[in-house]
Amino acid sequence: MIDTVLVPLLEATVRTATPLMFAALGELITERAGVINLGLEGAIIAGCLAALLTAQIGGVPLGFVGGAIAGLAVAALFALCVVTLRTDQVITGTAVTLLALGATGTIHQSLVDVAAPSAAIETSGPVALPILARLPIVGPVLFDQPLATYALYLVVPALAWWLASTHAGLALRATGERAEAAAAVGIAPARVRWAAILIGGMMGGLAGAALVLVQVGGFNEGMSAGRGFIAIAIVVLGRWTVRGTVFGALAFGGAFALQYLFQTSGSSVPYPLFLALPYVLTLVLLAVQRGERSMPAGLAKP
Amino acid sequence: MADALVLSGVRHSFGPTVALDDAALRVRRGTVHALLGENGAGKSTLMRVAFGLLLPDRGTVEVDGRPVRFRTSADAIASGIGMVHQHFLLVPALTATENVALGGRGLLRLPRVVARVQALAERSGLATDPSLRVDRMSVGAQQRLEIVRALAHESRILILDEPTAVLTPEEGASLLAWIRQFVDAGGTAILITHKLREALAIADDVTVLRRGRTVLAGPRSSVDEPILVDAVTGGAARGGAPPLPTSSPRATAPILALEKVDVIDDLGIARLLDATLEVHAGEIVGVVGVEGSGQRELLRILAGRLRPTRGRVIGPRRVGFVPEDRLADALVPEMTLTENLLLAEAGTRSGRLDWDAVTARTASLLTSADVRAPGPLALARELSGGNQQKFVVARERSLSEAALVVEHPTRGLDIGASGRVWEELLRAAREHLMAVVVYSPDLDEVRAIADRVIVCFAGRIRELEGGAGGGDRARLARALLGAD
Amino acid sequence: MDALAALWDGAFGSWYAILSATMVRATPLLLVGLAVALAFRAGVLNIGAEGQLLVGASAATAVSLVLSGWPRPIAILLMATAGALAGAGWAGIAAWLRRRFAVLEVISTLMLNFIAAALVSWLVRGPLQEPTGVYSQSANIAAAARWPLLISGHRLHLGFLLGLLAAFVAWWVLARTAVGFRVRLVGASPRAAASAGGVDVARTVTGVFLVSGALAGLAGASEIGGVTWSLYEGLSPGYGYSAIAVALLARLDPRGVIVTALLLGALDAGAAAMQRSAQVPAVVGQVIVATLVLSVLGVQALRDRRLLQRGRTSAPEAA
Repeated sequence: MIDTVLVPLLEATVRTATPLMFAALGELITERAGVINLGLEGAIIAGCLAALLTAQIGGVPLGFVGGAIAGLAVAALFALCVVTLRTDQVITGTAVTLLALGATGTIHQSLVDVAAPSAAIETSGPVALPILARLPIVGPVLFDQPLATYALYLVVPALAWWLASTHAGLALRATGERAEAAAAVGIAPARVRWAAILIGGMMGGLAGAALVLVQVGGFNEGMSAGRGFIAIAIVVLGRWTVRGTVFGALAFGGAFALQYLFQTSGSSVPYPLFLALPYVLTLVLLAVQRGERSMPAGLAKP
Repeated sequence: MADALVLSGVRHSFGPTVALDDAALRVRRGTVHALLGENGAGKSTLMRVAFGLLLPDRGTVEVDGRPVRFRTSADAIASGIGMVHQHFLLVPALTATENVALGGRGLLRLPRVVARVQALAERSGLATDPSLRVDRMSVGAQQRLEIVRALAHESRILILDEPTAVLTPEEGASLLAWIRQFVDAGGTAILITHKLREALAIADDVTVLRRGRTVLAGPRSSVDEPILVDAVTGGAARGGAPPLPTSSPRATAPILALEKVDVIDDLGIARLLDATLEVHAGEIVGVVGVEGSGQRELLRILAGRLRPTRGRVIGPRRVGFVPEDRLADALVPEMTLTENLLLAEAGTRSGRLDWDAVTARTASLLTSADVRAPGPLALARELSGGNQQKFVVARERSLSEAALVVEHPTRGLDIGASGRVWEELLRAAREHLMAVVVYSPDLDEVRAIADRVIVCFAGRIRELEGGAGGGDRARLARALLGAD
Repeated sequence: MDALAALWDGAFGSWYAILSATMVRATPLLLVGLAVALAFRAGVLNIGAEGQLLVGASAATAVSLVLSGWPRPIAILLMATAGALAGAGWAGIAAWLRRRFAVLEVISTLMLNFIAAALVSWLVRGPLQEPTGVYSQSANIAAAARWPLLISGHRLHLGFLLGLLAAFVAWWVLARTAVGFRVRLVGASPRAAASAGGVDVARTVTGVFLVSGALAGLAGASEIGGVTWSLYEGLSPGYGYSAIAVALLARLDPRGVIVTALLLGALDAGAAAMQRSAQVPAVVGQVIVATLVLSVLGVQALRDRRLLQRGRTSAPEAA
């Protein structure tokens, strides 16, 4: 039972959570600076297509670079509108996502023959880490994963450390809470927000790259399938902390893995409802955690 | 003795509004320097220039004899200047330690900052809990933290903007004692204040600003209370004020009345205590008080916008109210004047609206109150500030037949526009026989239009004897500044 | 050039293109666009129209499945009401969370969109699945609950008429009634509305939220009754998100929404035709819409900034 059901389920959870975690950590950085980026979905889909195109030229490593750059470009458009022109964050983000979804679809269709099967590439498969992978349960779940997942093992602690233990991280948090107080000690809030949005978009692009290069091995229109919005839910569920975001991504990954498991096993469990659970949990948490004020006070304010 | 900070020939304007015009300040090292002036005299603006938060249009800044040019407050902090803001600039969700560390570069070594905060708190006697979040701190603790932060930045020159305004008298006294210690240990302090007695008690030197200019500067020994009052208020009554109103008819029963009213805010601080007041038909009652003295609450109680914690309020069902921030609280700038007229009835109307009728009403209001506007369908933001204010006053007067409460009626208006707003207020009292209450931080304004004057100080109100016109200006100024 | 011609032909080239493609596609956009426009007018950032539409469609389907044999007008009225009520209820959750717990509606409505999608996904595999249990969709609704076509031989249905009616009513209420005036005030300046007008801002916001949800829910019922006759997962290709573009390009004016909904419907229909005949991807339409929205936002921001500066220059002046 453990080996046949639980381990594959947990392994799938971690694998499914990988792109979500990239995107959610990016959104976390952006939101801690006081900006909610609904254009993240657009950064992810741009990352997907760019990763596919660049990977066809230079392999998986270049694919990740391409994905990151595409995410960065989409985020730059969003930052230009929201920070420099001071447009509404919510509407701008939605429009940027719409634009990126449409543009990637257009580019993809004009590059490939629609009738032919979607151009596929070799995915970067799991790499078992010596010794660690042989540990019971933990081994296959955590240490027989693709390289992108291992990258997160470095990114997560690094980000947590950066937020808590550097002056730049503190400046980011202060900007999201009260920009004028940050400005009073010489921090430039606009510059901080630009940087936070760019980093967030880059992480979104990496999420798209991971989706294409690790999981799917090809591109479909709209394949980001709302992961950018899910990332926003994850950040809320994780109460705007790095640790919470990791667990939030795993919760969503787990819900997807579970749903997939039930779907393929033909069980009578109402599995689509599992998909709703993390969102319901997010809403409940939002309601009950009021007063603790974990949300950046300046979120979504111009 | 060398000069710690010298500002000279400073001019700063917000658009065409000149906040500072040839302001100067010379602060000797190792002294407490009091910077005095009325609201809007330019004290805070001058200090924001000194702290790098504003770039002056003209003028020079010297620190320790070297000319400097601050682009941001980080430059000022690096030059050894610290500022304790009147509205604290702390991040509520961060701890004391994190707020102190904010603005640095590289690695954040919190234990080190904690130790530093503790050491500074101990050495300075300013008790500060390093791990407490700012939003859980009392106002006094937040202020101590702002000072500790300035000390942590190794500030040798400390600017304090109205530091005692938010403190209890005991806290205020111990803060002043601390400032003296800081200066005796080689520091330099600049104290922005409204309160003459405070300045006289602690300062070594005094500078007075009036309308953006330095009008008096000298050692404490060269000034006394009357000299300062004169400098702060400009001596003789200023030109351009309208003739004093004729004496008012006194009705038999008051229209507005307060009986032993207390207002305690959410934090448990008493804003207004034991206020008793009657306002009769046809008279204008002026209210004066420096910021935070209880006048804001007094006006809102009279206007029916605030419920008293204790006591009795008598007034008509609807009282016209003109709030201080007219563009945010009284008007919707992006809507037409017709819509802005109906704004005042929006909460009580129902069913269909007859816009033609409202437009006609607006047009006649514009004519009767002499509001210069392209027409009733012009947007509110298209009007000049003076006409916006006349429109609001006329609207509120038209809504209530009995009483009108007005807060700082001429804020941001020039003398010509002010005069026309005053005429409108006088007409409300004399022609429409309304009970009118006007608060203004400008003593000349209150003297010009009020029949009687109520002084607010530290939450208590009392009437100035002899009325506004009869009382002499210096006495009014003294009462306002708590020097009576 | 060929592509443009194909686009035009697909949208307006024939009576069929107009009455069976453009206007049919414009129908849900019209209703949902009104929902968003109304909410935005009151400063309510309801980006949950997608979820409200899905829940409305689900409720309308559930009700219509059991209406066979009922008189047609009553059946249609019942299913439309069910859709509107369900949409309002779904929006009501977000409204309640905002009022009671100060939860940002941007986040809550977004979450509710996904919950609604999961709900539909479950319904079409569970309680509402068609009798054979093979396909993930509901059975076709009872004939009595199917919405009448407006012009025989064309697919244009009652929903479009309802949309026009709703647009007119929304415009009339906003422009001519006290309730509508309060809505506009709360959107333009909640502070002035509360302070100078004594308006109950929280109550107004809740009311607008519910009406907005009802309109989106009605759009869902209209799609089921007039176009698909059954519930399935891909029912809405993101109408709730396109509606933001519809509302914004109409500058939140209900009459403008009629125009922009038709425009986006035409773009949608034309792009589909363009893809068939000129091999130009249909999603180009989406790019055009998004670029338009961003341009409008940018131009508005620049104009506001200039206004702000001009306002500053004329701050104190002679009266």
